[in-house]
Amino acid sequence: MNIIVCVKQVPNTNEVKINKETGTLIREGVESIINPDDKNAIEAALVLKEQVGAKVTLLSMGPPQAKAALKEGLAMGADEAYLLSDRAFGGSDTWATATIIAAAIEKIGNYDVIFCGRQAIDGDTAQVGPEVAEFLGIPQVTYAKDVKLDGEDILVTRYTENADFLIRVKTPCLLTAIKELNDPRFPTVAKIIEVYDEQKDNIQVLTFADIDVDPTQIGLKGSPTNVFRSFVPVKEKHSEFIEGSNENEKAKVLMEKLAALKLI
Amino acid sequence: MRAKVNQTINLNDYNNVWVIAEQNNGKIAPVTIELIGEGRKLANVLSKELMVIVAGYNMKEEVENLLHYNVDKAVYIESALLKDFSTDGYVKVFADLILERKPEIVLVGASSIGRDIGPRLAARVGTGLTADCTKLEIDENDHKLLSTRPAFGGNLMATIVCPKNRPQMSTVRPGVMEKAQYTDQPTGELEIVKPDLKQEDIRTTLEKIIVEDGKKVNLVDAKIVVSGGRGLKTAEGFSMIQELADCLGGEVGSSRACVDAGWIDASHQIGQTGTTVRPDLYIACGISGAIQHLAGMSESKYIVAINKDPKAPIFDICDYGIVGDLNKVIPSMIEYLQGKK
Repeated sequence: MNIIVCVKQVPNTNEVKINKETGTLIREGVESIINPDDKNAIEAALVLKEQVGAKVTLLSMGPPQAKAALKEGLAMGADEAYLLSDRAFGGSDTWATATIIAAAIEKIGNYDVIFCGRQAIDGDTAQVGPEVAEFLGIPQVTYAKDVKLDGEDILVTRYTENADFLIRVKTPCLLTAIKELNDPRFPTVAKIIEVYDEQKDNIQVLTFADIDVDPTQIGLKGSPTNVFRSFVPVKEKHSEFIEGSNENEKAKVLMEKLAALKLI
Repeated sequence: MRAKVNQTINLNDYNNVWVIAEQNNGKIAPVTIELIGEGRKLANVLSKELMVIVAGYNMKEEVENLLHYNVDKAVYIESALLKDFSTDGYVKVFADLILERKPEIVLVGASSIGRDIGPRLAARVGTGLTADCTKLEIDENDHKLLSTRPAFGGNLMATIVCPKNRPQMSTVRPGVMEKAQYTDQPTGELEIVKPDLKQEDIRTTLEKIIVEDGKKVNLVDAKIVVSGGRGLKTAEGFSMIQELADCLGGEVGSSRACVDAGWIDASHQIGQTGTTVRPDLYIACGISGAIQHLAGMSESKYIVAINKDPKAPIFDICDYGIVGDLNKVIPSMIEYLQGKK
């Protein structure tokens, strides 16, 4: 079985930095981590690897420093890693990103399962996974909270707000992971020593020239959506602190105010 | 054949505002009524029609009922293959209709189902999609759709446009937009469409629907929400929160910290990665008010905050604040309510 896991490196903090000219995010100078849902996706792939034997390939897109996220994934136990990195990819929206990732997956080829995290904590779109599945023409199951092999098929328990769905899907398919799916493992010391050996270049970089992709569909110019403006939300509200000599008295004053408003 | 964006299209060929309805087990989901309410405003500004599109089976009455919400047309795509949700089936019938009839704007609820089919639909028809929007407007100058959404956990708001491709598609966060009003007199017409859909188009099988007892919380429709945060200190703190919620006839919410600590199930989580609520009354107990939490409740009509730290950011957005020990304040509130009965 061949599994490809799509991984995004995201800023760890909620510090917002944007390029005012392009309206896109500036990632330099902010500590970076593997996107949390993507870590669940890596773990799910490693579990399948342990169960039936599989080659787990990581795929990311980003600047050269995104190699750090891939190295961490390799240290968790993935077998190989590719980084899509090229100026031509910069400023891509979800359509353009999915176009590039789908092209890279086609180049890697021979896959049975593609795992993605449900959504990234920076953009929160949850769109790239389904768009990749569409471009590759394969079925998808999103919001996976349990994944089991059943003969040739995969049985996925899919979260919804009202009930969970048990869905049977054939490979090749794309699954997106939510945090309920598993608890991602920590890298072992032996793996860390192996992966972080500076002599070894274990990340394969793919550029625009390496993949078969239509240049009109990628990058800032090829993206169908653009940031029109961005702003920091402002909150205006008049807050009243309830006064009183103790908590009991304050609670009573509050309840009387709420009752007067017919809220309770 | 894979769709492409940025093809030279005539934008004037695309008309009307569509709402893609969501149904669970043949019942229309509340987010659909919210989208109709919002879609009507957009359609009025554009002087175009508002249509609601439903895919399902054996639910004609439910679809007809949507004509009471001031839509110009309800399109019911009916097939036994659409009875249960499948990404393949739903995306195919919605995409076929979009490609045939060319709507200008398509709105989808940003539920876990809407966020599954939305991007796949946009990729199929060849257009952009803006995720999880909390505000929609029409640009006064060029009549383009302006979709505003939070990013970075709500720290940053971004307004997104899709200038050259059609339809302009957005998923819209449930619980944010105001519901359309029910009118006794139905308007508009019902159209039933028989889709070109075959069993083999659907590559997944829904084997089972699993409803866990007591797990699913109806936060979105609650008039009163009592939420607990890290200030509760322990899982047991939630029994006090539950008691207050029960006295008020409300639901229990939670900040992410308590869910991560394992004090309460994730279905209670309110905020950027949880549920968005806009109840009449929101009582935040021991919640500091991280921006991610505020993103999920700041639209509540009245907000009460109870916290021992007077500098907690939750006090900046509340109507009434009590600085004090919640272990004393909440029992006093319960006592007051029990005394009234």
